[in-house]
Amino acid sequence: MSDRPAATRVHDFAEVDQGLTAEEAIAEAARCLQCKKPLCVGGCPVCIDIPAFIAEVAEGNFAEAARLVKEQNMLPAICGRVCPQETQCEGVCILGKKETPIRIGALERFVADWERESGATLPEVAAPTGRRVAVVGSGPAGITAAADLARAGHAVTVYESLHEAGGVLTYGIPSFRMPKDVVKAEIEQVVRMGAEIKKNYLVGRSLPAEELLAYDAVFLATGAGLPSFMGIPGENLPGVYSANEFLTRVNLMHAEKFPAFDTPVKHAARVAVIGGGNVAMDAARVARRLGAKVFLIYRRREEDMPARLAEVHHAKEEGIEFLTCTNPVGIIGDAAVTGLECVKMSMCSLDASGRPSPEPETGSEFTLDVDMVIQAIGTSPNPLLVSLIPGLERGRKGNVVVDEDGRTSIPHVFAGGDIATGAATVIEAMGSAKKAAAGINRMLREA
Amino acid sequence: MYTINTATEIADKIFEFWIDAPQVARNARAGQFLILRIDEKGERVPLTISAVDGDAVRVVFMAVGKTTEHLATLQAGDTLADVVGPLGKPSEIREYGTCCLVGGGAGIACTPIIARELKAAGNHVIGIIGSRNADLLILEDEMREVCDELFITTDDGSKGFHGYAADVLKRELDHRTIDAVWIIGPAIMMKVTSAATLPYGVKTFVSLNPIMVDGTGMCGSCRVTVGGETKFACVDGPEFDAHQVDFAELMQRQRIYTDQEKLAAEKFAEHVCRCGEGGHCHE
Ligand SMILES: Cc1cc2nc3c(=O)[nH]c(=O)nc-3n(C[C@H](O)[C@H](O)[C@H](O)COP(=O)(O)OP(=O)(O)OC[C@H]3O[C@@H](n4cnc5c(N)ncnc54)[C@H](O)[C@@H]3O)c2cc1C
Ligand SMILES: Cc1cc2nc3c(=O)[nH]c(=O)nc-3n(C[C@H](O)[C@H](O)[C@H](O)COP(=O)(O)OP(=O)(O)OC[C@H]3O[C@@H](n4cnc5c(N)ncnc54)[C@H](O)[C@@H]3O)c2cc1C
Ligand code: FES
Repeated sequence: MSDRPAATRVHDFAEVDQGLTAEEAIAEAARCLQCKKPLCVGGCPVCIDIPAFIAEVAEGNFAEAARLVKEQNMLPAICGRVCPQETQCEGVCILGKKETPIRIGALERFVADWERESGATLPEVAAPTGRRVAVVGSGPAGITAAADLARAGHAVTVYESLHEAGGVLTYGIPSFRMPKDVVKAEIEQVVRMGAEIKKNYLVGRSLPAEELLAYDAVFLATGAGLPSFMGIPGENLPGVYSANEFLTRVNLMHAEKFPAFDTPVKHAARVAVIGGGNVAMDAARVARRLGAKVFLIYRRREEDMPARLAEVHHAKEEGIEFLTCTNPVGIIGDAAVTGLECVKMSMCSLDASGRPSPEPETGSEFTLDVDMVIQAIGTSPNPLLVSLIPGLERGRKGNVVVDEDGRTSIPHVFAGGDIATGAATVIEAMGSAKKAAAGINRMLREA
Repeated sequence: MYTINTATEIADKIFEFWIDAPQVARNARAGQFLILRIDEKGERVPLTISAVDGDAVRVVFMAVGKTTEHLATLQAGDTLADVVGPLGKPSEIREYGTCCLVGGGAGIACTPIIARELKAAGNHVIGIIGSRNADLLILEDEMREVCDELFITTDDGSKGFHGYAADVLKRELDHRTIDAVWIIGPAIMMKVTSAATLPYGVKTFVSLNPIMVDGTGMCGSCRVTVGGETKFACVDGPEFDAHQVDFAELMQRQRIYTDQEKLAAEKFAEHVCRCGEGGHCHE
């Protein structure tokens, strides 16, 4: 394995997983059985020809391997790092039945990193079509759609409300897991293919909805950035953060370097992070790097956590203490947080998602001594722009309703990524963006 | 990059900037704000849009800490790394009848743009602007021009009414009908002044200024309690029904970073006097 030791890495924000060397990659690729009916391809939400690219890696043809990956996935250096491979390609790898599955994610990352370091070649771009397409949001969905649309020859403008592109990849996922130069390089490629990125544009405000709808086609990829709060007492005390705020202060604004950078973040001695997903793991590990003793509070069991396996494993190595089957009921404090009131949960019958539904145990209340609380209990679709577009149909959870081509209730408006699905994954965001881009290309060709 | 067209100190420590930001200027309405970032190391600071002219917007700010002190050192022709806006919901402009705009200190900067829109919507507009003393009073001429009536107050009596804006507001409420009131200024001033309108049952708006990060509704730093519910001031506001606001919580949340703000301001002051290049020259 190629992880930096926990004792050193908790003092910095440099990448934890150092990736494979060329020798390691070739050896790993050589293990692949090259199945006639490869299950891994079916496990990949964007259907990368996995055996084909692995065969090239085994031969040392890294450039060809990269080309094959990028036929289906413009952002392989990102996906190789953050996809939940254990429930996708690697989860169905036939080798996993007897020994360990091929490390497909690590190989994908290897070829992407190799290509970036040796100068990426751009896919061919078709002749200009004269059609204008607006993409709203520069997260994985927006960037993926912009790449496919630019490749088809359309004039693509990507609008982003923040001062940096990348969406969650930039403001949410910390650099020790997703180095920012990797994100920048992947976005740079899309720009080199001809897409224009306009930052500091909050569409709906800086660009009125009518001007947006005047484009020949529109792709909405505004994500699910609205943080949920639990609604427990004490939630607005100084020292209580949403994971989004805490992570944004550090990842986007570099508060860990305050006062060299101007944005501050609170430093606490003992931090409780509430949640069991990737967001909770990231918040916990950032708090750890800012010097705190960190408790992760999750209401179900560890095996029910939705986070990637690797993140759970890394968090534990870094000394994060897991308090599972525990639910917070109140935050205590007067001028600042002094404690978190919790109750133990017992696991009852399975719910609709196949996970046991937790029930509070009477008399099990206890107070955890902490001076900061970070809530990572989920986010929902950004309501701002979609509520300003008349006639845009939305589901009960605020998501934009789309058909299988990604088309919304307005014929020339498409949507994909978290705004359509609710908070999901990078690869699902990309998969839905590819479908929508194909739908837009078809519509513009036929029109 | 966004160019500062003019930079003027209009009163002690109060600065007026006109900034070229077409996408903000073309879409701005009364009551909205923008967020700017000076440079790559800067923080995102919210400032109210105080006027619009073509592709430029005006902001008026008081130098109170690191970022606003740094901003104050910039001059016409300098650039800002980022400006985004307009943010927040516009003021609820409609025909109320008689409206009163109360501005305190640097908060006066937010009032003329609202006064103008209220006037255009057919209202009779009264202005009450107050400051500690005559030298700190800003935008008096502009308010005199847009309002039908203008009252001035100073805490020390050096100009106009000797006392607080709340006193004049109460006096006016006692002898005539006022249908809507806007109060904009420091949190404590908004709290005290809006208490004055409560007994009269007048619709009263305040523009809240909690600490913000993105200003687009994705972090919750700006959350405030209004009518017992948590709201995000950057997207649900910044203007809210004054009589529903939990001001004590707002003021507590504004103090979250007091220690760090002090440190940043001290460090910046050191650098200003040593090299004149602002807090970022040393790296
Ligand atoms: C901390 C964290 C860790 C995660 N870890 C993983 C992981 O390990 N693996 C994984 O697969 N997934 C992970 N996810 C989930 C994944 O990041 C998201 O599913 C994915 O980013 C969704 O992509 P998107 O393009 O739909 O939206 P986003 O990435 O949210 O991008 C949306 C963009 O649109 C912009 N925007 C919004 N409204 C407007 C507007 N009106 N005008 C202009 N711009 C606008 C936003 O600023 C943002 O940049 C994680 C999420 C978080 C928060
Ligand atoms: C919607 C809105 C509109 C505003 N309009 C104006 C205006 O027109 N003119 C004006 O002078 N000021 C305005 N403010 C306040 C202004 O943003 C702060 O004075 C500024 O951020 C202070 O930064 P600093 O580094 O100079 O001071 P600091 O030393 O960092 O802080 C001084 C005070 O400003 C507040 N503050 C600090 N950082 C932020 C932040 N990121 N967001 C909000 N408040 C912060 C703190 O509560 C603190 O009490 C507005 C605030 C909001 C939320
Ligand atoms: S400032 Fe982040 S949600 Fe309002």
